[in-house]
Amino acid sequence: MYDKYQPVIGLEVHVELKTKSKIFCTCPVAFGCEPNTNVCPVCGGLPGSLPVLNKEVVNMAIKLGLAVNCQIAEYTDFYRKNYFYPDLPSNYQITQGDDPICAKGHLEVDTDGVKTKVGITRIHMEEDAGKLVHSGDTISTSQYAMADFNRTGTPLLEIVSEPDIRSAAEARAYLEQLKAIVEYLDISDCKMEEGSLRCDANISVMPKGSDVYGTRVEVKNLNSFKAVQKAIEYEIYRQMCALEDGTPLYQETRTWDDGKGVTLSMRSKESAQDYRYFPDPNLPPVYVSREWVDGIRESLPEMPKERKARLIELGLPEYDAKIITSSKAMADYFDACYEKYQEAKAISNWMMGDLSAALNSAGQDFKNSPVTPDMLVELLKFIADDTISGKIAKTVFEEAFQTGKAPGEIVKEKGLVQIKDTGAIGEMVDQVIAANPQSVTDYQAGKKQAIGFLVGQVMKLSQGKANPGMVNKLLQEKLSE
Amino acid sequence: MVDLFRFTAHELADKIKEKEISCTELTQNVLDRMDAVEGGVHAYVNTVKEQALKEAAAADKKIAAGEQVGPLFGIPISLKDNMSSTDMPTTSCSRILSNFTAPYTATVVEKIRNAGTIVLGKTNMDEFAMGSSTITSYYGPTQNPWGKDLVPGGSSGGAAAAVAAGEAILSLGSDTGGSIRQPAAFCGVVGFKPTYGMVSRYGVHAMTCSLDQVGPITKDVRDCALAMNAIAGYDKKDATSANVPIPDFTANLNGDIKGMRIGVPSEYFPSKLHPGIREKVEGALKLLEEQGAIIEEVSLPASKYALSAYYIISPAEISLNISRLDGVSYGVREDVIDGDVYDMMAATRAKGLGKEVKSRVILGTHFLCIEQLKPYYHKALKVRTLVKRDFEEVFKKVDCIVGPTTLTTSFNFNSFPDSLTLRQNDLLLAGSNLAGNCAISLPCGIVDGLPVGLQIMGNAFDDEKVLRMAYCFEQVSGIKNLQPTFVEGGNA
Repeated sequence: MYDKYQPVIGLEVHVELKTKSKIFCTCPVAFGCEPNTNVCPVCGGLPGSLPVLNKEVVNMAIKLGLAVNCQIAEYTDFYRKNYFYPDLPSNYQITQGDDPICAKGHLEVDTDGVKTKVGITRIHMEEDAGKLVHSGDTISTSQYAMADFNRTGTPLLEIVSEPDIRSAAEARAYLEQLKAIVEYLDISDCKMEEGSLRCDANISVMPKGSDVYGTRVEVKNLNSFKAVQKAIEYEIYRQMCALEDGTPLYQETRTWDDGKGVTLSMRSKESAQDYRYFPDPNLPPVYVSREWVDGIRESLPEMPKERKARLIELGLPEYDAKIITSSKAMADYFDACYEKYQEAKAISNWMMGDLSAALNSAGQDFKNSPVTPDMLVELLKFIADDTISGKIAKTVFEEAFQTGKAPGEIVKEKGLVQIKDTGAIGEMVDQVIAANPQSVTDYQAGKKQAIGFLVGQVMKLSQGKANPGMVNKLLQEKLSE
Repeated sequence: MVDLFRFTAHELADKIKEKEISCTELTQNVLDRMDAVEGGVHAYVNTVKEQALKEAAAADKKIAAGEQVGPLFGIPISLKDNMSSTDMPTTSCSRILSNFTAPYTATVVEKIRNAGTIVLGKTNMDEFAMGSSTITSYYGPTQNPWGKDLVPGGSSGGAAAAVAAGEAILSLGSDTGGSIRQPAAFCGVVGFKPTYGMVSRYGVHAMTCSLDQVGPITKDVRDCALAMNAIAGYDKKDATSANVPIPDFTANLNGDIKGMRIGVPSEYFPSKLHPGIREKVEGALKLLEEQGAIIEEVSLPASKYALSAYYIISPAEISLNISRLDGVSYGVREDVIDGDVYDMMAATRAKGLGKEVKSRVILGTHFLCIEQLKPYYHKALKVRTLVKRDFEEVFKKVDCIVGPTTLTTSFNFNSFPDSLTLRQNDLLLAGSNLAGNCAISLPCGIVDGLPVGLQIMGNAFDDEKVLRMAYCFEQVSGIKNLQPTFVEGGNA
């Protein structure tokens, strides 16, 4: 069945911008405040209030536009999108119409090594709505709802892709790479679970070789990268089955039920509202000069693609460079380490291995890692100069991660410095030889692997502190005597 | 005690400065006048008498302390009921906002207060400024001080009636399609619609955002210029406010209009124009010519479509501006049993909004539907551009355009003209709003015992020029600070 059909996918991504103030008023953009504490007459939609555009939103939109190869509009304006909803105080959302700030861009997407180009139709600026807090456990049993307008007027960028995406994996890769870019630009927190990055997917399926798109379905409520991929996979499967069975497909909006792993119908497009888009007479159009755009272009930070190339030049394999640059926090961590210690591969090994694992299980990220770049570098230097063994290093790392103590301090406190004294190791070797005559005999009879056991015994005796290379060497010498 | 309420603001301000009268005396005098005539006029929907007297007493202390005060210091004024302030409700004379006191103050209210004026209350208006007779107010109509059962005009009918009846020395109104000028003409006072962007709209309930403009209603042109000095200016809270240098609007009130060119558009003298008004306006033009102005005929050909454009653009914007009134977080909510939030919103709006508002919301919603957008709204915008271009062309040749403000004088509540005539009245008014220009109406005579308005229009940001010409006419004609006969007769 999968050979017969071609999925066609487009994504609509909303990114909450981390400006100081809201898009049309001076209320702060903040999370986790008491309900309705960051509200003023403007974002509260009171009669007589007027919106005034926060220019920083335009700056951020242009940044993102440039980073994804968009054309930046010379003229751009704002529209009212009209619909009644209790979390929308004026019952219209201020958004953009036919002249968005950015259009006609693209993103180069790497899906497991396969490179594709996904077109970006447009990026536009708009205001976020408030939130409804329902009483009771479920919406259907809820007695009443309360509106919290703290989020109302938080600036959003909506990034609309072309229907260029052909698989769920590619959609996920596109989203991850878009997220990385937004993070690199430092314009949003990009937390899907908190809603600062949101994604809706438009999915259709057509017979392979056809150039007529199938019936399009919009899927909402995708709250993680995994959900995006799983929902698209499910929806492709559902639509293909329908086509095989001859069941009709409807143009509709569906919601992803993460628990059940299915999409469910929300509303059909037949009943879709006419939003009566209308240019907002309170907001004069914005004219974007070349100088404005050039100024922003010059201030753009290094993007994931360039950064990855630079890391490869520093000696990292492409795989490592890709993983490390996929998140700005991770790449920044790497750079901070590399600045003090120029062993790129050693850094990436630890970052991608023990550190990532520890951060994941602790639910933390590279930005606020308890093991700072300085600490990791200290640890790596201990390993390099044989102060501690790689095995001991893991213990020290764990301790450092838990306590935040510097590796040097831990090594000193616990007396973990590697034993490199030939005399001391020699004594332990002698002890082990004496205690294990059978292994010695085996070794001398040609069973060379028996030395492994003896090395292990010496290490055990030294509580792991003996230098394994020296143990090996001394054992060999003594056994050959 | 002299009837202080009969004087103009600048006369009274001089008396205060000279310590001839106190602010308390003046305020008390105007409040007494209010007590005497308000029962008949019904200019106000909310008053703050005690607050006003306290402010007057505080003002007297400042005078006694020898503080430097401005030219409107101590003057009792009124605000139209669509201007937000925290000291009393701001309802736009709608049931839906009848319990609503704004938590913030409109820029224009701050400014006029900073000039030292004393606010007495808020004046009656058509609901959300939709109407031209002040009869769509939730609080009932206002009576024109010039005659029994006569409308004061609208939508700033309460503001104009208050000034005419001596219940305020000056008023602030708002003008979307003539809502300052037409009631000023009907009530025999001066009403000025400044250039769009000249006065901040922040905090003033929107009717049609792209047309609304706040302006003064006064007893003479000098008062109007003084009020403009107080309220004009860039406001960063209003993105449509113009960041331009603000002139001293009183600087050229010297009666000198020699060499100024006046355009007279034939379109503004249609056959439906009341012959008495035509005569008065022609007389005014002759007077201005005698003062050295050069009169020439001009044409505004697009003006015949202007009204249609106005009646599409305005409802379209209204339909969206009114949508925020849903009962969710403020206003009078109609709770419903067994309904959801949409039922509540529908019930709130059904009961809270008046018929005129609803009909414009429905019309506007229709014009903005995807199928109607092109044939109506987009076409109306094109007409608006043409109207603007007409004015631009004419203003290349002339300094001001002069004509009547209205086709008729005030009419009786009980014998309303047909709606076509009513709308045609707006014909002479809406053009300035569509083009964003400035225009003044000032009395130019009495016909059948009722005042007639002379309209002087200027190009955008030529506000000062319009005031200069209006002042000249006022000086030469001697028609100013008229005392309305009906209220005077003690009939009101």
